[in-house]
Parts: sequence; structure tokens; C-alpha cells
Amino acid sequence: MSQKIIEKHLWILKMLKDKDRIFQNLYNDLGSDITSSQKRGDWVNTKDLIDKGREWIIEEIKTSQLRGRGGAGFPTGLKWSFAPKKVGSRPHYLVVNGDESEPGTCKDRDILRFEPHKLIEGCLISAYAVQAHVCYIYIRGEYFVDGQKLQNAINEAYEKKLIGKNASGTGWDLDIYIHYGAGAYICGEETALLESLEGKKGQPRLKPPFPALIGLYGCPTILNNVETIAVVPTILRRGGKWFASIGREKNTGTKIFCISGNVNNPCNVEEEMNIPLKELIEVHAGGVIGGWDNLQAVIPGGSSMPLIPKDKCETLTMDFDTLTAEKSGLGTAGVVVINKDQDIIKCMARIARFYKHESCGQCTPCREGSGWMWRMLERMAKGEASKDEVEMLEDVTKQIEGHTICAFGEGAAWPVQGLLRHFKNEIKKRNKFDPIVKENKNIPYLVDQHLLDKNA
Amino acid sequence: MSLRRPAKDQPENFEFNSASLEAAKNIIAQYPEGKQQSAVMPLLYIAQRQNNNWIPLAAMKYIAKFLDMPYIKVYEVATFYSMYNLSPVGKYFIQVCTTTPCMIRGANKLVEACREKISENENELSQDKSCSWMEVECLGACVNAPMMQINDEYYEDLDKEKTLEILDKILKGQTPKPGSYRGRINNEPENNRKTLMDFKNA
Repeated sequence: MSQKIIEKHLWILKMLKDKDRIFQNLYNDLGSDITSSQKRGDWVNTKDLIDKGREWIIEEIKTSQLRGRGGAGFPTGLKWSFAPKKVGSRPHYLVVNGDESEPGTCKDRDILRFEPHKLIEGCLISAYAVQAHVCYIYIRGEYFVDGQKLQNAINEAYEKKLIGKNASGTGWDLDIYIHYGAGAYICGEETALLESLEGKKGQPRLKPPFPALIGLYGCPTILNNVETIAVVPTILRRGGKWFASIGREKNTGTKIFCISGNVNNPCNVEEEMNIPLKELIEVHAGGVIGGWDNLQAVIPGGSSMPLIPKDKCETLTMDFDTLTAEKSGLGTAGVVVINKDQDIIKCMARIARFYKHESCGQCTPCREGSGWMWRMLERMAKGEASKDEVEMLEDVTKQIEGHTICAFGEGAAWPVQGLLRHFKNEIKKRNKFDPIVKENKNIPYLVDQHLLDKNA
Repeated sequence: MSLRRPAKDQPENFEFNSASLEAAKNIIAQYPEGKQQSAVMPLLYIAQRQNNNWIPLAAMKYIAKFLDMPYIKVYEVATFYSMYNLSPVGKYFIQVCTTTPCMIRGANKLVEACREKISENENELSQDKSCSWMEVECLGACVNAPMMQINDEYYEDLDKEKTLEILDKILKGQTPKPGSYRGRINNEPENNRKTLMDFKNA
């Protein structure tokens, strides 16, 4: 017992210092209006930062090794440098992705409602760096109330001449508009988001061409996640080197983790990259319900990342490269903790249903495969599947993965692959029917989707 | 993909009222000239707000003319996105999140409560025609699971009793207070905060 107490205190000593946290108002202790934001250091010397020039800004972001916070983890500085150096006949656009819909993730919402000025200032600096005069912030439609809070902050910034014509006295003009989505998860994919912004169905485009050259209205467009843009001003103020000193090589800086599921105190917390998963759960989220031994598995980065079983959670650290090595991923850092009271197959079947519901329907493997996986998993959870279907399910995931226009296919297939990788025995134990062709049992085998689709 | 069908009974005509018209014009101004099609999503929202929270086909035709685009393109958008209601819903429209993070914290109890208080099936009006409910996919408040959305507001950290209380209030025509129903502040770890302590209750 005393060992445990010592361990806990060690964690607190090693923990990221409060002064190194970027989102000081994550829990809204201080208010999100412009006066209190300025007290926290937002908008203080924006002009000086911009006066140092776009090369300096992009170099500094490259030095910081900031990687996109939306899930894919692409280096932000590199992305910005893809924007054409000179503005040609087509204007440049900056688009901020706030279509946060990944199950397990709710970090952008807190930035939108409690740290809107960090985001708006980030928009100004980033727009200047990529030479955009117009910035669209795409927010999921369900966050209407939070979007209104951001709109109020934008209005405040216009009033104080921080954005608009000659924003913050820098000579750069910037207009920021909010565009609300309408409940489509796929619009979090960057090209689907652009389609949606152009007033079409959110169906992803083929890449290349990449949005940096041909994006919104066919113009060069830089797309970043809300969190990525919101950390930019702080990085520039404190220096890329400071940011790079937190975490580890290529996985630097701080990150908002959302810890949900079967923990005693589910919460959002900003912590350093490469933090041990066990520390996140035990220290910040108050431990697993029923104790650490009651842990069954953890989804480390939002629903599309494969789950990780308990034995690996013991030593796992949370960053992009470590989790990729574990055949999972950091994704959006939405940690979903699942304890032994839950039926893991049912949990994954529910995730498969989510993907079935959200598939945009453009590519056949994903449109048909996501529903197929869901129906199989539902039956497996009830123990109604036959033995050979386990292999078949694996085959279906492989048929989807890599055969679709966007990464949604992978997002739908990976969680199922994760389940098969770590809990195959569990499925086999429960499903003992002989293959249908042998026994000719009356199992709805390949049911048409409309028979099961409850919305039909 | 979810299957969505327009309602059988459709009104003949639809027109923006003056407030909607002004809002629509302001929105179109946000997009570059000639790209007014971008405004189709916000305009559908405006139509939905004006028309008791659902969009009739006449409104889609009206918006198509308004934005100078083919009707089928507006129809495509309205049927693609799940937040556009294509048939009448209650004045209080309740959406219960049942995706995995909410599910493992007991979202099915919330669904039970809705079945008891409002209607046996999803998308069915309650007896007094004021409410309807449905299960939806992740609403992005996983840390506050289980939760539900009533019109624009989020109701978080619920259980069955609290949901019943909220639904009772709504059926009486009151508007319950949104936010956490366990009294916690936003997304902080309840009674276990280890970070940003200097600002706590500042």
C-alpha cells in the first residue's frame, strides 16, 4: 500500500507544471471573455509575432515539431509550407476543422467555449503564415451553443480591431466565419469538409490533388484542427524549442486527453505527450471503476483506433509513434476505458453500428462492409454466429481497409481488427455453431440491410 | 448510411419570413461572390427553425430558387445530413447519445426513461404532441456520459432518475437547466482535480 502512495506522489512531482499548460482556462475558472483572455496572455503581442514574418513563423512551428491534433498527426509546419509561396489568381483560404465527432473525443468543444480567443488569435497568425484573408471555422451542428460562444468572441475581436481590416495593426486583413455542420461524422475528413463547405453532400474527394494546392472552391486551402490552431500563438510566444522540450522527439508538446468510459472521474486534462496511460487513468481520472485489475481494454485514441488489452496498458505511453508501434494510434487522444463489467464484443458492435450509420456511401467496400461487420458483430455478441464467420469477419475488414477514397474505411475496419487481434478467443468461445452450409441452420446469414436497419 | 424519408403530409408553400430573410442575406454575404451555394446548409437551418423544427419539400424548392441552384442538390444535402428533420418532430426534440462511451456508462437507462415518459418508439410524438425522442450517434460530450441533447442544449452526467425528472419538467412545458446533473463544473475531474489548482474557484 505504501508503495502505491509513494508512486502516486512521484507522479505528481513528475507531472507537467501548471505554467506549462497552454489551455489555462480548460475548466472555465477564469472566464472566456476578451478581458480575462488578455490577462492570460492572449492577444498581447500579436503584432510583434506577425512582424517577424511568415518564414520565421513556419520555421518556429517546424522547430516545435507540432503534429496535427485532429487524428492523423501530420507535421503542421510542413503542411503550411505546402501552400504556394506567392498568391496567384486564386485566393488562399484557411479552414479550421471543428467537426469533432469521433466517439470518445470532446476536447475541441472546450476550446470553442472556454478558450475561443486562443483559437481566433491562432487563426490570425496561421492565416497570415499561409496568406489567407478568409478563414472558415467548421463546427459540428450539435455544438450550436458552443459555436455561439465562439461567435461572441469573434464579435469581441472585431470590435477591438484584433481581426477584420488591418487586424491587430499588422496591415493584414482577415475575416473569420463560422460554418455549422449538420451531424455528419464524415465531414471531419478534410476533403469532405470542403465539399460540405461548398454546399454539397459531405463525400470525400480523391487525393491528390491535396487541398494545399486545390481545396476550397479550387483554391489553395490549409486545413487544421481546432487544437492545432489554438496552440500556435503560445508556441510562438514561448518558442518552438520550449514546445519541443516537452514530450519526446517527434512527439512533442502538450495535448488535451479526454478520458471517458468506466473510470471514477471522467475528465478532460491537458498533459504532456508520452505520458504513461496508467498515470492518465489512475491520477487524473481517479482510476478504473472496480480497480485496475478490473480493467479489460482501452481504446487509446477515439473509436477508430484499435483497442489495447490490459496487460499492455500497464507500461504504455501515449504518443503517436509508441501507439503506432502497438498497432493502434493516438488519433484524437480520446481514451475510452472499458472494464470487465462490459461485454467487449457488444462495445465493438456498437462502434461498428456507428460506422455503418456514418459511412457516406460513396465507396462500395465501406458502404456495404461497414453494415456487414455490424451485423456479424451483433450476432457474435449474442452467440449466434458460426465458427467460420470469425475468419470471414477478419477478411471483410481487410477488404475494406485500403480500398476506399478516404481513411474512413480504415477507421471502420481497425477497431474490429483490434477486437479480433486481442479477443478472438472470447468470440470463438461464445460462437460455436457449425458453418451454415454444413448444418443448414435457420440463421439470418446475409440479411438485406433494410431488414435490420431500424431507421427503415 | 442511414435511410431518411421526407414526411408524407407536406405543406403546399414555404416562404422565409422577414427575420429569416435578413439572416439568410447576412449568411450569403459570408461566402465569395458566385459561391452562394455554400449557404445552403445554414439556410436549411433557418428554414428548419422557422418551420417548427422540420424542413418541408417546399422549403427545399424555395431555397433552391433563392440560391439559384438545382432543387435536387438541395434535396441531396437535406437528406444527407442527419440534423435536418424531414418530418415533424416535437417542439422539444430529445436526442439520446448511445454510442459506446455513453453506452458503457448506461445510456440504455436514458432510452428506457424516454420510452416510459414520451413514446414507446423513436420519432413518435408524445401524447400531448410536444415531445419526440430518438437515439443518435456520438454527440461529442463523452467525458460527461451518459448525456442527451434537448433542442440546442446538452444535459450531461445523467442517470435514469435524473432523466425522468428532466422529462417531467419538459412535459410540463418548463425548460430545465442544461449542463451537468451531478453538479460538476464543466469537464473537470470531479473531486479529483490535480491540475490548474491555483485558478480553482478564482
